[in-house]
This record gives sequence, structure tokens and C-alpha cells, in this order.
Amino acid sequence: MDITININGAEHEASIEPRRLLVDHIRTEVGLTGTHIGCDTTSCGACTVLLDGTPVKSCTMLAVQADGRSVTTVEGLKTAEGLHPIQTAFSEEHGLQCGFCTPAMMLVGAALLEENPAPDDDEVRWAISGNLCRCTGYMNIVKAIQAAGAAVTAADAADGS
Amino acid sequence: MLPARFDYETASTVEEAIDAKVQGGDETRFLAGGQSLLPMMKLRFASPAKLIDINRINGLDKIERRDGTLHIGALARHADVVASSETFGAIASAAPWIADPLVRNLGTMCGSVAHCDPEGDWNSVLLATGADVVARGSHGERTIAIGDFIRDFFENALADDEMVTGLRIAVPSARSGGDYQKLERKIGDYATVGVAAQIELSATGAISKAGLALTAVAPINTKVADAETVLIGNQPSEGLFAEAAEIAAAACSPRDDVRGSARWKRRVVAAFTRRALAASTQQAQAQG
Repeated sequence: MDITININGAEHEASIEPRRLLVDHIRTEVGLTGTHIGCDTTSCGACTVLLDGTPVKSCTMLAVQADGRSVTTVEGLKTAEGLHPIQTAFSEEHGLQCGFCTPAMMLVGAALLEENPAPDDDEVRWAISGNLCRCTGYMNIVKAIQAAGAAVTAADAADGS
Repeated sequence: MLPARFDYETASTVEEAIDAKVQGGDETRFLAGGQSLLPMMKLRFASPAKLIDINRINGLDKIERRDGTLHIGALARHADVVASSETFGAIASAAPWIADPLVRNLGTMCGSVAHCDPEGDWNSVLLATGADVVARGSHGERTIAIGDFIRDFFENALADDEMVTGLRIAVPSARSGGDYQKLERKIGDYATVGVAAQIELSATGAISKAGLALTAVAPINTKVADAETVLIGNQPSEGLFAEAAEIAAAACSPRDDVRGSARWKRRVVAAFTRRALAASTQQAQAQG
């Protein structure tokens, strides 16, 4: 089946089997390996991508379902100006240990901050409750997401916007 | 993991979806959120010959109240139910406890209901509130009471040519309250025990309607009619809730498993029943 998915702003056309999962399409066909496969059973959230801005598990969606839609992977976070504030915050707050869950955590965090720029601890923990960190480094993940929110708010204030 | 090969078709109207189902036969499945179906297909517990993707049908995603009835469309995601201000009682209470945030963004309430997983939360909630499942087939539309819709373990009452287009749930008119108590080992796990309660109070403060149902402690979602009968007509009290709780604990048949012993789960059912009834009553009394 012929599909076109906008991935990180670029249109990707492909001819694929309907049974191909979105995560496999992104990793194998498109060659973006920042989206990870952890459990492959809808439990861990390591494969999280943003589908039209909403975080979903790409191991539990067919690539053909994303035809005509927009997908953002971790590779799509950075901009021409440099790292996304959430990437800077994860680096500065030591929000990662082994790094396997990190792309998903950053995408979920970025989506949360779009809706709520100053989430409290409970709100962050609720938002990431579908994502497992097997290093159990949750404390710094929560801090990093909050720090990114604070950085964006401060930058907006400095811009007067 | 790859699912087995299947044909894939998208439907842009309910009529198209039903036509495709009629042509495809009983090895054809509808694909809505896919958060239960796709994992089963990846594990080869399900291998449909054809999937009909209904996600592109317009107008099926609404959650709205009309004429005293809450309508929930087939494509309303769990996250939409969480966010909606139209829901009430046990439905509003249960919504944030369905799966995890990522699954709630894709999975649909109607899909869960139709899936009839005996450990799913929604069917217990709907057994407590009462609900009609709206089904459309090649011969038109019909409604099926939730108690009749749930046939058995992963088995619903739909005919081969029918799809669920929505749910209709009567909005309680009197002072009412509802609650869902869920114990889970971690977010996203099946319930170890779940208890749904929905009650209404009369002008005198007595319980005029009661719904009580249990998740994951019997082979299917279990409505505890005997406990409902005990509650109706009586003033709410701790003693009355304790009586209902013991009936609920006796009505279930939990199994020993990795989540806990049967004996312990029975006690959790009793505790949760008391808590759910107390929370429901408090809600109803706060309405004046």
C-alpha cells in the first residue's frame, strides 16, 4: 500500500505492507533510529512518537494508519537554532542514565509543556506514567521536564511575548 | 513483532464500513484505537484476514448530552472521556484509570466495550451506570443493553454485519454520585480488583437507584444485583455499605495469581465496595 507520512516536517512516501508497524517503518524505512523498541507489547512507551502533536506508542499503530498525518520523532525536536529546551534540560539536569527511554520521555515532556508550561511534580509524573525508565531515574526526569518549562517561560518573558 | 498478513481497508462512512464487513465475513475486524487488537495480533492471539480502519469516519468522536442522555461515539478516545465535562459519576471517576496516558490517546471507550476483555474496566462501569450499546448493521440500527451485550469472555452480542457506533447512557436526574475504585500493580496493568458504583438519592435521602459491578474477580465483569437490591430504599449508612460489601465479596470468584491470593482479593472487593459507595453517596449529598 502506498502511503505518505510527514515525519519531522519532511514528506516520506513509501510502499509497504499493511502489517508494518509505525515504529518499524520509522526505524527501517525512514532510517530514524532514535525511536526505540523496548517491550514491543504496549507496556514501556520507549517507542513514543507524537502523532499530530499527541504522544502515542508507535509499536501499537500500523504505519498505514499514519498515512497523511504528521509524526514527530526525537530527531525532530532540535531546530535550526539548536537543541530543543527539553533536550538542554535533560542534559543539564542529568535526566538520563542509559538513555534508552530518553527520546520518549523528552517527547512526552515536550507535549506536556505545550499544554501546561509549569507542571507540578504530580502532573509530570501522571504525564510520564505510560513510560518506563528501567534505570529508575525518574527524579531527574521530572526535574528536567520542569526545568525545560521554566526555561521556555523565562525566554518568552525576556522576549516580551 | 509483526502481525500475520491481513488485508487493510479504510472506511469513510459507517455504511462503507458495514459493507466491507459483510464482504469480508467473520474473519474481518474493525480497527478503531487498536490498543487491544494490535497487541493481540502481534502475539498472534488474533489473526484477522482483513481490518477495516474506521478512524477516518467523521462525526463518530463526539461526547455530548442530548435529551437527558450521554452519547459517546465509537471514536471517542479514553483521553477524550477524561477531558470531557459531559460525563458523570463512575464514568468520570474511571476514565483516568484506563490503561496509561499514551494508550488513552489512541484507545477508544467503545472499542474496549466491544472487546469484552473480562478484566477491562469500562464494562463494569457501564454495568453500574446502565448503558445501551448502539449497533449498526446492514438491516439498520439497534440498541443492546450492556448486560446483554457482554456475552462472555471476549464475546459480545454483535451480529457479523454489525459495528458499534456509540453508547447511550441515561444521565441521572436526581441527586447522584458514582465512583470507580481500582487497584493495579502499576499504571497500565490490568486491575487486580476494580469496583464500580453509581447511586441516586431520593428527596428523603434514601437510595433510590443503585448500580454495583466488579472487575477482574470473576470470569466476566460482574453486576452484583443482590447488593443493589439491599441498597435500594434504604438510608445510606456505614452499616448498609458493609452489608452490600459482604454480598459483593461473596458474589465474586477471584483466582490466586501473581497479583494476589483469592482470599485477599475478596477482602479488597469488600473494602472497595464500601469506599465506592461512601464516595458516591458523598457526591450525591453534595448536590444539595
